Amino acid sequence: MSETGVIHDIGYQRYEGPRLGRAAAINALYVHGLRAAFGLGRSAKAKIFPWLVAGITVLVAVIIAAVKSQIPDFTFGYVDFDDNLSWLIIFFVAILAPALVSRDIRSGVLPLYFSRPLRAADYVIAKFLAMVTAVWLLLGVPQFIMFLGAAFTTKDGFSGVWDEVQDLAPGWAYSLLWALLFTSIGLLVASLTGKQAFAAGGIVAIFLMTAPVVGVLSVLPSSAANHMAGLASPMTLISGVGSWALGSQIGLDLGRYGPIYGIEAFCLIAASLLLLLARYRKVAAL
Amino acid sequence: MNIIATQALTKTYGGGVTALSDLTVAVEPGVIGLVGANGAGKSTFIKIMLGLIAPSGGSVRVFDLDPVTETDKVRARVGYMPENDCLPPDVSAAEFVTHLARMSGLPRTAARERASEALRHVGLYEERYRQIGGYSTGMKQRVKLAQALVHDPDLLLLDEPTNGLDPAGRDAMLALIHRIGTEFGISVVVCSHLLGEVERICDSLIAIQGGRLLRADRISSMTAASDVLAVEVTERTDELATRLGELGLPVTREGRMLLVPMESDLAYDQILRAVTDLELNLHRLDQRRHRVAELFTAKETVDV
Repeated sequence: MSETGVIHDIGYQRYEGPRLGRAAAINALYVHGLRAAFGLGRSAKAKIFPWLVAGITVLVAVIIAAVKSQIPDFTFGYVDFDDNLSWLIIFFVAILAPALVSRDIRSGVLPLYFSRPLRAADYVIAKFLAMVTAVWLLLGVPQFIMFLGAAFTTKDGFSGVWDEVQDLAPGWAYSLLWALLFTSIGLLVASLTGKQAFAAGGIVAIFLMTAPVVGVLSVLPSSAANHMAGLASPMTLISGVGSWALGSQIGLDLGRYGPIYGIEAFCLIAASLLLLLARYRKVAAL
Repeated sequence: MNIIATQALTKTYGGGVTALSDLTVAVEPGVIGLVGANGAGKSTFIKIMLGLIAPSGGSVRVFDLDPVTETDKVRARVGYMPENDCLPPDVSAAEFVTHLARMSGLPRTAARERASEALRHVGLYEERYRQIGGYSTGMKQRVKLAQALVHDPDLLLLDEPTNGLDPAGRDAMLALIHRIGTEFGISVVVCSHLLGEVERICDSLIAIQGGRLLRADRISSMTAASDVLAVEVTERTDELATRLGELGLPVTREGRMLLVPMESDLAYDQILRAVTDLELNLHRLDQRRHRVAELFTAKETVDV
């Protein structure tokens, strides 16, 4: 009888290697979340949607870059790119937030996380950063493609490239703002339910239902109401912050209420994060 | 050395619900059964040991560490298997356990190695690359056990590990737990509401009821003193009972049998001699172990 191919039970081996602690666990959860956002390490079905959205944004960016290189008067800035793709971002967030958060609630995996060194705050931070990065990449990479297009076709040499860089930086900052605000709202809604479809519906509903409020407020016969109409919806809120802080022209007249947009955006992000934390503190104790 | 020591441990939830009250136990390494009815406070006890909730009163030490202030150190040495379903259906067991190993702070390569080791130890081989959603209940329970084992803890806390398993699955799971406790050198606390199940594999038992400690002791000391000999003869049982009584053995009747407490090996000889003296046909003479359950019920009635 041949002895080859026999697997010997070498018994249980103790682990003597390093244990890296919380920071490493947060980092691993962040990378895991970011990969999951684009369907990596998940089923083929989970890859379709994120890559479809990413494909569309990149395609739009390539077209814009091509048009820009041919028609110098075509003024479609980096900030306009975000504003025009807002609905695509909303759908991306509506699919992504439940995939990152609701899935864990549904499968009941949270007790396994929280019986490890990970704390509620660590979990929230890792998931939040993963999603902010994912949304930012979705906008930032196409913006970079637009930048490359512009930089390689510029006729002003190095100073032309430098001008583009100065345009790109606020564009990236604006994308980050989109990512921060949409992520905090999306995660908060998704953390309330284990059903991914409900969470996605809830997120879209928030953006859908606030848009008409802006429409109504902006036609009221009061200039203060008109100026502050944008506060009512996350999308116009971001546009407002953009036009106040970055001076972009978005057809929304803020009057002298610009700072209020900034304050509301900051408070909204902070409040959503605090509520998320409170929610997970409760979940972690169960 | 005690692995778990509590002193007057009390936990009262908001709303005045007392989950644990005045629980004082000292647990030695080994396989420990934590038994009690549903709602007796087993899960609360486990959560306190993991530092998930803080006790309202008293103290608890796990490996002489305080779970409240030294949470990370405790959790590095403790593995937890929850009672409920806790597995995502759309990933493979290998990926899932690797991910949780990384959550325990293991580096990437070590996490992958330990995950396949842990899955092998619980008896999952090639199946581990399949998605968990297609697993049987028995296989899912094994994955849950593997994730508790993956970071090489010194203590496993298993909450109802045999839940939902068929008799064969139960036996396999209990055998596995026993093997972990004896061969792997890992102490195991097995939570269960089925006493008969845990007494087969445990070295010691902690029984709680309504948040209070009913009894905590080694199984051997619970059963040793209570062994009885069951004697059955074909006829003239009364005569034998009287005879044994004369010999100083406290006999009780149970149907056609006589029960004699076995204080020493002498009892055997005395019974045999009595039977032969009376020229009776001995039908049976065997040592009967008290089931631990009987002890608890006896103790319970005394308490009340």
